[in-house]
Amino acid sequence: MSAIKMKPVDAVVVGSGVVGSIMSMELANAGLKVLCLERGRMIDPKNDFVAPQVHDELKFDRHSDIFQNLSRETITFRNNSGQTALPMREMGSFKPGEMVGGTAAHWGGNARRFLPHDFELRSKIVERYGAGFLPEDATIQDWGVTWDEIEPYYDMFEQIYGVGGKAGNIEGEIQAGGNPHEGPRSREFPNPPTCRTPQGEIFAQAARELGYAPFQGPAAAMTRDFQNLYKVMMLECHRGGFCSSHVCSQGAKANPLSAVLPALYKQPDFELRPLCNVIRVNTDSTGRKATGVTYIDARGREVEQPADIVVLGTYCFNNTRLLLLSGIGTPYDPQSGRGVVGRNYSYQTGGRVHAFFDDREFNPFIGGGQVNTSIDELNGDVIDRGPLGFVGGAYINMPNPGASPIKSKQVPHGTPRWGGEWKKAVAQHYRRNLGVHIHGSCMSYKQHYLDLDPTYKDAYGLPLLRMTFDWHENERKMLTWMNEKCVEIAKAMKPSKIDVRPVPKKYSIIPYQSTHNIGGAVMGADPSTSVVNKYLQSWDVPNLFVVGGSSFPQNPAQGPTATIGMLACWAADGIKEVYLKKPGVSMV
Amino acid sequence: MGDYAYAYLTPAEVRFLDAAVERLIPTDELGPGGRDAGCACYIDRQLSSPWGSHGRNYRSGPWPEGTPEQGFQSRFTPAEIYRIAIREITDHCVARFEKPFDQLAAAKQEEILKALEKGEIELPSLSSKLFFDMLWRNTEEGYFADPMYGGNRDKVGWKLIGFPGVPSGAYREHLGNPALYNAEPISILDIQTRAVEPDANGFAKHVMIKREK
Ligand SMILES: Cc1cc2nc3c(=O)[nH]c(=O)nc-3n(C[C@H](O)[C@H](O)[C@H](O)COP(=O)(O)OP(=O)(O)OC[C@H]3O[C@@H](n4cnc5c(N)ncnc54)[C@H](O)[C@@H]3O)c2cc1C
Ligand code: SF4
Repeated sequence: MSAIKMKPVDAVVVGSGVVGSIMSMELANAGLKVLCLERGRMIDPKNDFVAPQVHDELKFDRHSDIFQNLSRETITFRNNSGQTALPMREMGSFKPGEMVGGTAAHWGGNARRFLPHDFELRSKIVERYGAGFLPEDATIQDWGVTWDEIEPYYDMFEQIYGVGGKAGNIEGEIQAGGNPHEGPRSREFPNPPTCRTPQGEIFAQAARELGYAPFQGPAAAMTRDFQNLYKVMMLECHRGGFCSSHVCSQGAKANPLSAVLPALYKQPDFELRPLCNVIRVNTDSTGRKATGVTYIDARGREVEQPADIVVLGTYCFNNTRLLLLSGIGTPYDPQSGRGVVGRNYSYQTGGRVHAFFDDREFNPFIGGGQVNTSIDELNGDVIDRGPLGFVGGAYINMPNPGASPIKSKQVPHGTPRWGGEWKKAVAQHYRRNLGVHIHGSCMSYKQHYLDLDPTYKDAYGLPLLRMTFDWHENERKMLTWMNEKCVEIAKAMKPSKIDVRPVPKKYSIIPYQSTHNIGGAVMGADPSTSVVNKYLQSWDVPNLFVVGGSSFPQNPAQGPTATIGMLACWAADGIKEVYLKKPGVSMV
Repeated sequence: MGDYAYAYLTPAEVRFLDAAVERLIPTDELGPGGRDAGCACYIDRQLSSPWGSHGRNYRSGPWPEGTPEQGFQSRFTPAEIYRIAIREITDHCVARFEKPFDQLAAAKQEEILKALEKGEIELPSLSSKLFFDMLWRNTEEGYFADPMYGGNRDKVGWKLIGFPGVPSGAYREHLGNPALYNAEPISILDIQTRAVEPDANGFAKHVMIKREK
C-alpha cells in the first residue's frame, strides 16, 4: 500500500512527450479532469533554452542533462538470447529524454507519414508475393487500422505540429513537386516546404537524371510564422543548426513545449506534475480494471493516484516495462512464440554513402534537423521486391542538419584516425563532402524482444528492461542493395571520390544511430499477437491505453514521430467518441 | 598553460596529456595543435565535471567485460581511468626507455599511441584501447567544442575547418544560396565575456573574411 493516496482524476496520462501532451490536451478539451505525470523536471523554454547558450554541441549533443539520466534507469542489451545482457551505461545508440516535453523536445523534426501499405504490411506482402516470401522468423503483421481510417489524424497532427511540405497526392490527384508515392492526403500541408539547399539541388539533379522524383522532406520546424490548431504561435526557423539533440531557442521546432503545452496550461482542469516516476499501473481484484497508477514523487514517497482512465505515453521502452512491472498482459516467450508483451521490438536501419569534392565548397553549418531533399522510389511497395528477395525499403535523402564541428567531420576512408594526415583531411573535407543517407525499415523477428532483466535494477530496485536485438539477414540484404543505389546517385553528382559505409554485421549499442525504437506493446486485430487493439486500448484492461512507438508491429522506413502523434490524435478521438459513451468496455 | 589552474590533473598528468594531444593533433602549417588549443585544460575540466565521475551513467555491477557491441562496461569512471592509465603508461615508458612519455621523441610517442590504440600495450589495470579511445574522443572534443570549456583556444579548431560558431540570424536567407559563407567564428565564450555583442535574439553578428584554400 502506498503511504499517500491522491484525489481521483478522470484520466491520468503518464509522460509529457508527443503522446502525453496531445492526449492530455484532447482529453482536457473533452471536459475530463486530466493529470499528466512526468518523471523529468519542469521546463520553462524561454529561460532554459536561450541563445547563444543553446548553440553548444558539447553540452546538448554530447552530455545533455535533458536526456534520460542513466544513473537512475537504463536498459540492458544483448545481441541474442545466448548472451548475458549488460547495461547501456552511457548514452549510445539512442537518446530517450527525461523532462517535461520528453524526447520530443530534442527531436530532429522530420515529420513523415508512413505509406498506406505499411499499415497492412503482412497482408500486402502475402497478397503480392505469397506467404513464402516473408523472411525467416519474421513476425511482421498488420496494424489493425487502414490508411482511410487514420489519414484525418495525420492531418490533425500536421496542423498541430505546423508541418511544412508540398503535397504529392491530394485525394488521389498527383501533385507536381511533392512526393508522388505518398498516400492520398485530404489536403495540402499547413505550411510551405523548406527552401532547397545547394547541396539538396545537387542531389535533386542527380536523382532526376536517374528517373527519381525528388522533393523536400516534410519539416516540423516552421517555414513561416504559424499559429497551430491549438492557437499557439510558432516562429519561423532560422536554420542555424544545433537542432536535433538540442531544444530550439526560437520555439520554431514543433514539440510539446512549443506546440501543445502553452495551450494545455490554459485548461482549467489540467494539472502537470513533474518529477513523478510512475512505477506501476494498479488494477482491481479482477485484474481487468485499472484503478490508477503508483509513482515515486520528488521527495521519494510512494504515491497512489486513482483514475478512471490510464494512458501510458512513456516511450517504447517504458510503455513495455510498465506493463511487465504491473503484470498486465502475458509476457512474450521467444521459445514458444506465445505471449505478447515485449514482442516485435525493432529498431531503424540506416546507412550512408559519402561524396567528396575537390572543387566544390558548401556551407554545411547552415541548415536544420529536418532540412532535406528526398526520394521515395525505393520505399515500401513502390519497388518490386520480388526479384530483390527482401522485405522493406528506405527513403534516400540529402540532409542538411547543420554540421556541428565535433561530430560532423567526414574524411575519406583510408585517412588515419588521428595525427597530421587526419588534421589535413578534416580541414580539406569538412566543407567539401555530401552524404547520401539511407533511412530504412526494419522488420520484427521471433528472436528480437523486450523483457525484464534478471540481474540489473533501477534506482528504485525494479528490474531494468532487457533488449535482445540484432540485424537480420533481410535488413542486411536491403541495406546492401540500397548502398548500390546510393552509389549510383552519388556518382551522378560527379564528385572526386565516393565512400560507402559498409553494412554492419551486428547491431551495436555504441554509436548514436537514431531514437527510433518501436514495438513491445503492439497494436492489432488479434489479442494473441497484439497488446492493444486498433484504438490503442489494452485487450486485458479496457480502461488502459498504451500509446507510442511501442504499438508499431514493425518499423517502416520513415521516422516514427508523425505516426506516434497521429496515433495519439486517433486514440484520443476513440476515447472521446466511442469509449466515453461506454466506459470500461472493449471498443472492438 | 600558465594561466589555467588545473582542478583535477596533477602536473605529471598534464605533461603527459600535453605531449599526447600534441601528437594526436599536431601543430603544423595549418595551425596550432592539441597542446596550444588547450586540450589538456579541456580534459581537466571534463574530469572535474559530472562527466568525469560518470554522474549520469549507470554505475551498478556486476561488470563483466561483455562483447564489443555492448559498449562501455568498466567500473572505473573517466577520472579514474585517466589517473590509472597515465600512471601505468608512464611506468611502461620508464621501464622500456627510462623516460616518461613526454620526454620521448615525437616518433616514439606516436608509436606508443598507436600501440595503445590497438590494445597492444598490456596495462596492469585496464585495457589500453579503452583509455586511448577515451583520450582521442576527449582530444577531438577539446579541439572543436566551444572555447568556454577550456579547449579550442582562439577557436583554432573552427578556423581550421571554416566553422563560424554561433549561427547568424541571417542563415535563413543563405540557406538556398550557393555563395560561400566565410566568417570570423564567434563563440559562446566571446558573447558571454562580452568580447562581441550578439543580436537581439542571441545570434552572432558575423564579420565576413577571405579564406584561403
Ligand atoms: C536526437 C533525436 C532526433 C530525433 N529526430 C526525429 C526525427 O527527425 N523524426 C522522427 O520521426 N523522430 C525523431 N526522433 C524520435 C522522437 O523523439 C520520438 O519518436 C518521440 O519523442 C516519441 O514520443 P513519445 O511521446 O512516445 O515519447 P517521449 O517524447 O520520449 O515522451 C515520453 C515521456 O515519458 C516520460 N516517462 C518515461 N517513463 C516514465 C515514468 N515511468 N513515469 C513518468 N514519466 C515517464 C519521459 O521522461 C518522457 O518525457 C528523434 C529523437 C532524438 C533523441
Ligand atoms: S534550425 Fe530551426 S528548428 Fe532547429 S534549432 Fe535552429 S531555429 Fe530551431
